[in-house]
Amino acid sequence: MTATLPGPAGTPPEAPEPDEAVLQRQWTSKLRRGFFGAYPPERLLPDTQPSYVASWIYVFGVATIAALVMIIVSGLVLTLEGPQWWHTSTWGHFVNSVHLWSVELFMLFMVVHLWGKYIMSAWRGKRALTWITGALCFLASVGTAFTGYVIQTNFDSQWISTQAKDGLNSVGIGAYFNVLNTGQMLLFHVMMLPLVLSLIVVLHILLVRRRGVVPPVGIDAETGEPVVSGEAAR
Amino acid sequence: MGAPLAGNLDGPAHYLVWGPIQISWGNLTVILVMIALLILALVLPFPKGHDQ
Repeated sequence: MTATLPGPAGTPPEAPEPDEAVLQRQWTSKLRRGFFGAYPPERLLPDTQPSYVASWIYVFGVATIAALVMIIVSGLVLTLEGPQWWHTSTWGHFVNSVHLWSVELFMLFMVVHLWGKYIMSAWRGKRALTWITGALCFLASVGTAFTGYVIQTNFDSQWISTQAKDGLNSVGIGAYFNVLNTGQMLLFHVMMLPLVLSLIVVLHILLVRRRGVVPPVGIDAETGEPVVSGEAAR
Repeated sequence: MGAPLAGNLDGPAHYLVWGPIQISWGNLTVILVMIALLILALVLPFPKGHDQ
C-alpha cells in the first residue's frame, strides 16, 4: 500500500489565507490587543521610576508582597506536613512560626501602606479601581487570617471559633460559613481565600502598572516638578 | 525567658483597661510600631538613587 502524497510535487497544499477581518474579531485577538496595548513589556516591568518614588513611604507595598510570598511558601510547607508535624517537631514549630510572623508583618506593612496611600489620596488620576482592589485585598486578608486562626488545631483555635460562631450566627451567615466545621475552614484557608486574595493582588499590581505610581499631592506625574495650580490634585 | 515589649507570648495576654476600652499590650505595641513606621517613612531621607 502506497501513501498518496498531497499536492502536485509532493508538498502539502497551502491552506487558504485566513480572512484578516474574521481574525480581528476573534476573542483571542481582541484579548491580546487589549492586554498588550495596555501592558507593553516596558510598562509591566519598568527599568526606572519617577524621582518622587525615592521615598520610604513607597516601600511598604512591595514589602507587603514580599511578606505574602513568605506566607505562601511557608503555608505550602505546612500543608505538605500537616498539624501533627507543626505541633510536635522542631522544624514544624519553626515553619509554623515563620508562617505566623510573616502574616504579622504582612498585615503591619499593608496597614502602613494603606495609611500612606490614604494620606496621598492615592485614588487620584483614574486610580479609583486601584484603591478599591487594595481595599478588597485588605478584606480578603482579614478573612484568610481569621480562617488560619481557627484551623490551628489547638485550644486557641477552639476558643476563637466558639467565640466567633455567635457573632457569625447573629448576622445570619453561620450556616454557610461554619467556624466549628474544621474541614470547611481548612479548605477556605488553604484553597479558596488564598486564590481569591492572590487574584486580587495580581489585579492590584496590574492596575498600579497601568496607571503608574501615584505622585505626591502637588507634584506633576509627568515632570516630577511641583505644580502651581491644582492640576495634580485632580 | 525574658519578657519582651509585648509581654510573655507563651502566657495569657496582659491588658490595658480604660473604662470600656481595653487593649492587649501586644496589639497596642503593633499599633504604635505601625504609627512610628509611618512617621519615619515620611520624614527619613531615602538613600540616593537615580535622578530620573
